[in-house]
Amino acid sequence: MIDVKNLSKSFGDHLVLDNLSEHISPGEKVVVIGPSGSGKSTFLRCLNLLETPTAGTITFQDTVITDPKVDIDAVRQQMGMVFQHFNLFPNMTIRKNITLAPVRTGLMKQAEADEIASALLKRVDLLDKADAYPNQLSGGQKQRIAIVRALAMKPKVMLFDEPTSALDPEMVGEVLDVMKELAREGMTMVVVTHEMGFAREVGSRVLFMDGGHILEQNKPEDFFANPQCERLKTFLDKVL
Amino acid sequence: MDLAYYYELWRGMMLSKEAGVADALSWWQTFFVRFYQAFLEGDRWQQYLRGVGTTLYVTALALCLGVILGVLVAMIRTAHDQQRPGRRNFVLGIFNFVCRVYVTIIRGTPMMVQILIMGMVIFSSSRNFTLVGALTLGINSGAYVAEIIRGGLMSLDQGQSEAGRSLGLNYLDTMRFIIIPQAFKAILPSLGNEFIVLLKDTSMISVIGGQELIYAARGIISRTYEAMFPLVGSATIYLFLVIIFSWLQGKLERRLRQSDRR
Repeated sequence: MIDVKNLSKSFGDHLVLDNLSEHISPGEKVVVIGPSGSGKSTFLRCLNLLETPTAGTITFQDTVITDPKVDIDAVRQQMGMVFQHFNLFPNMTIRKNITLAPVRTGLMKQAEADEIASALLKRVDLLDKADAYPNQLSGGQKQRIAIVRALAMKPKVMLFDEPTSALDPEMVGEVLDVMKELAREGMTMVVVTHEMGFAREVGSRVLFMDGGHILEQNKPEDFFANPQCERLKTFLDKVL
Repeated sequence: MDLAYYYELWRGMMLSKEAGVADALSWWQTFFVRFYQAFLEGDRWQQYLRGVGTTLYVTALALCLGVILGVLVAMIRTAHDQQRPGRRNFVLGIFNFVCRVYVTIIRGTPMMVQILIMGMVIFSSSRNFTLVGALTLGINSGAYVAEIIRGGLMSLDQGQSEAGRSLGLNYLDTMRFIIIPQAFKAILPSLGNEFIVLLKDTSMISVIGGQELIYAARGIISRTYEAMFPLVGSATIYLFLVIIFSWLQGKLERRLRQSDRR
């Protein structure tokens, strides 16, 4: 589904991603972990070109999206993204936040989008907040709305960029529950997170990144029980 | 009219060369004569009124031009700065350069000099001084408005535009529905400030013969040899206009704030 070949990214002289290659198949739940500054967020943001790679190619469903001639908006319509800081639009109601993109991109009419918004909001138990503004919600509620907003575009893959890192501890659970449900339904997911429990429970594959490289990857059982490289061992010792 | 009678009577006394006659008037009688002379004699208040009309007209014209130019320049400059590396548009680069030259020249030279150059060099053959003045003010204001808008667009969290684009919205839709509505709220105080400056700066176009409020006041001074009342009167009118406008702006700001009640 997503094929990454020889991806490099540098900011000025600082090399953040160093010649990465990776393949993500449909239905996979890939969890990316690693210390801060390891390039995991940059890697994720390269997948929908929020960061422009310095070198390498990314292919999404047979389209080479790193080609400058590609209509990147059309590609992004099929890739949902959830941010660490939610990034809801504070000038619109929740309903409008959700329906804006589907309607403006011509995916559906307003009435249909409203229906889908209501259905999705019901699923995350926030239907009563449809006409509220983002600033009236708690962090956990905002992030659930952000997930719904991405889902309303009916994406083929969902990218999560540390979705629980900005939340109060007691709100992490409600967001993870929504993500777990999404995983059960078979959504292809790439998740950058520090939630090791989530990685173990939901991931079909866990990647460990440091210094712009993917140092190790494995099925979650083996990844956590039997880490191979030294760097990962010390990392897991600290976080588990 | 009675007022006119007393005006003629006391004015005659003020100008009288006979010893002690002028001194017989008390301070409020002198005040009355001067006031009458500055505002009422020959219906002079109509000249101020026409002047205020022109001032407001020039302000409105310059504001429209300034906002149009400002939005255009700000859009070009932010669009140029936000291009993806490797996809730089050559035409946009040229426009961006023109915009930067424009902002630099306008901000780098005094408004008075710009008005004089426009009136006496570029449009030296035009007799429509007021319009030339309005044009100059508009061009001048555009440069400042452009920087205000650009500041507003840049002050927003980058995440807002990233969220819009990641949903598949194109650049213009992201600007129109997400960035501009939020930026507008943020820049309203500075924009109001710019409007107030513009309103007051219209007084400068009188140097090339623009017939606004100060032009009227100066005409009356040259006929009565009395400067205090026309000038203080004009100042009061400007103050009054600015106070009204600030009040309206405050109302608008309060209304826009309603979406972030929490």
